[in-house]
Amino acid sequence: MGRFEVLTDRQLAGLKTVLFLLALVPAGRLAWGAAQGTLGANPIEAVTRGLGDWTLNFVVLTLCVTPLRKAMGWVWLTRLRRMLGLFAFFYALLHVTSYVWFDQFFDWDEIARDILKRPFITAGFAAFAIMSLLAATSSNAMVRRLGGRRWRDLHRSIYALALIGVVHYAWMVKKDISLPAAYGAAVAFLLGLRAWWRWQERQRQLAGAYLKKPKGRVIPISVRR
Amino acid sequence: MLIKHPDPILPSEITDAGVYARRRDFLRLAIGTGLVAASGLPLLPARAQPPAGERLAVASRTDYAALEKPSDLEDVSSYGNYIEFSFDKETAMGLANRRLRVRPWTVRIEGLVRQPKTIAIEDLLRLAPLEERVYRHRCVEGWSMVIPWVGFPLATLLRQAEPLGSAKYVELVTVTQPEAMPNLRSRQVEWPYVEGLRLDEAMHPLTLAAVGMYGQTLPGANGAPLRLVVPWKYGYKGAKSVQVIRLVEHEPATFWNKAQPEEYGFYANVNPEVDHPRWSQARERRIGEFFKRKTLPFNGYADQVAQLYAGMDLRRHY
Repeated sequence: MGRFEVLTDRQLAGLKTVLFLLALVPAGRLAWGAAQGTLGANPIEAVTRGLGDWTLNFVVLTLCVTPLRKAMGWVWLTRLRRMLGLFAFFYALLHVTSYVWFDQFFDWDEIARDILKRPFITAGFAAFAIMSLLAATSSNAMVRRLGGRRWRDLHRSIYALALIGVVHYAWMVKKDISLPAAYGAAVAFLLGLRAWWRWQERQRQLAGAYLKKPKGRVIPISVRR
Repeated sequence: MLIKHPDPILPSEITDAGVYARRRDFLRLAIGTGLVAASGLPLLPARAQPPAGERLAVASRTDYAALEKPSDLEDVSSYGNYIEFSFDKETAMGLANRRLRVRPWTVRIEGLVRQPKTIAIEDLLRLAPLEERVYRHRCVEGWSMVIPWVGFPLATLLRQAEPLGSAKYVELVTVTQPEAMPNLRSRQVEWPYVEGLRLDEAMHPLTLAAVGMYGQTLPGANGAPLRLVVPWKYGYKGAKSVQVIRLVEHEPATFWNKAQPEEYGFYANVNPEVDHPRWSQARERRIGEFFKRKTLPFNGYADQVAQLYAGMDLRRHY
């Protein structure tokens, strides 16, 4: 049995508190930097971009939960996932607020034009819309209302929004796409893992189709007719 | 009634005593790695004081920015693009201030001229009375500054070499110093940084050959020891650290135009009506101000330069 496979409720509560505080550090640093004037000549741009970076960071961290749980056997990681996802939304919301307020000063016509005309804004807005939906349906009550399976299917749209988020970043940069490419590679890896597991599971089920008793969790395979 | 018995706890599910005894290590580990990760975030750059330049003897001062207060020198010398050093603004400007070698330096004027010339920078500084001109500076990225440049009209420099009648354009080639400029290794763009103007633009009295700003020689980051300043065009037209000025017959292939022709045109006149494909150019953020302000046609110099483009479709020639 590996280390840290089981945590008591107290340990988990402690871990959640620590994670919560840590997740606020980037926002705190940006706020502190803005107040102290240490964000360079264009602090508003630094804030907007910093918030965007941290949105992506938390999306990637959220996507790490399941692979890490499987690799390490840390089942309790899943219980941190909602917080990570909601922090991604928190940073996304601040990022969008910064754009709407500081860049456009609530000029809704201009914002609408931006969304329609500029592919990178369109992508960012689409990712934010999906994220808002996921945040709104993140509570236990919503899981019950939607039903576990429908809820899970809905929340798998994080795969799409992660990709759209990376595209949003790549389309924004002037020339050097090395950072967006790094995020792209991370997301591609994390999604690729899932595709691979699914494929393995499918193979396993097909191979074992005539065995008496299927073992473990079964992913329903839709059969094309 | 269905009574479910809890599953028996398997021996394999019982935490072994050693792990239990180390349970707090985990939190310590989590806190530790978390803090390290959080503090290792890209450090927010502090504005660096530029290295002090040499004082320049300024013969005259003219305001071309409607009495607007010049931007802070620290902002001007720390925020901008010098992409031979890095794609990241603050990194590039810091490196350029520290690493660019500006002596010895010569400027060569060649091509379609009667008298090709190589001028040492020391002589160039004495070529004409130095003027201070306060210009608005508008970057294609949507930010702007107000900068008191020191220099003389580019026309003065070009006349030294007596351009021939066949010369229609001016090509400016900028320095490459591989040992100082890490980004020259990037294959995403084509080096060196070349810019160009139509000859009438180059000879226009507003077009400046700048050797200083704020009364001193230029910091490395701002294109020491000689740069082009064309106040009615986006900043990328202002080639930094110019070494060769070549008079040519055809429109030169310029750096950003080669890299992304649909985004960066040869003319690059500041124009609030013509959007960059990815953002509007209608407004700009003046560095030091909170909200954006309206961008002016030709960056506010339309009265002086609009006639250069009479009859041209500025949507096509962006």
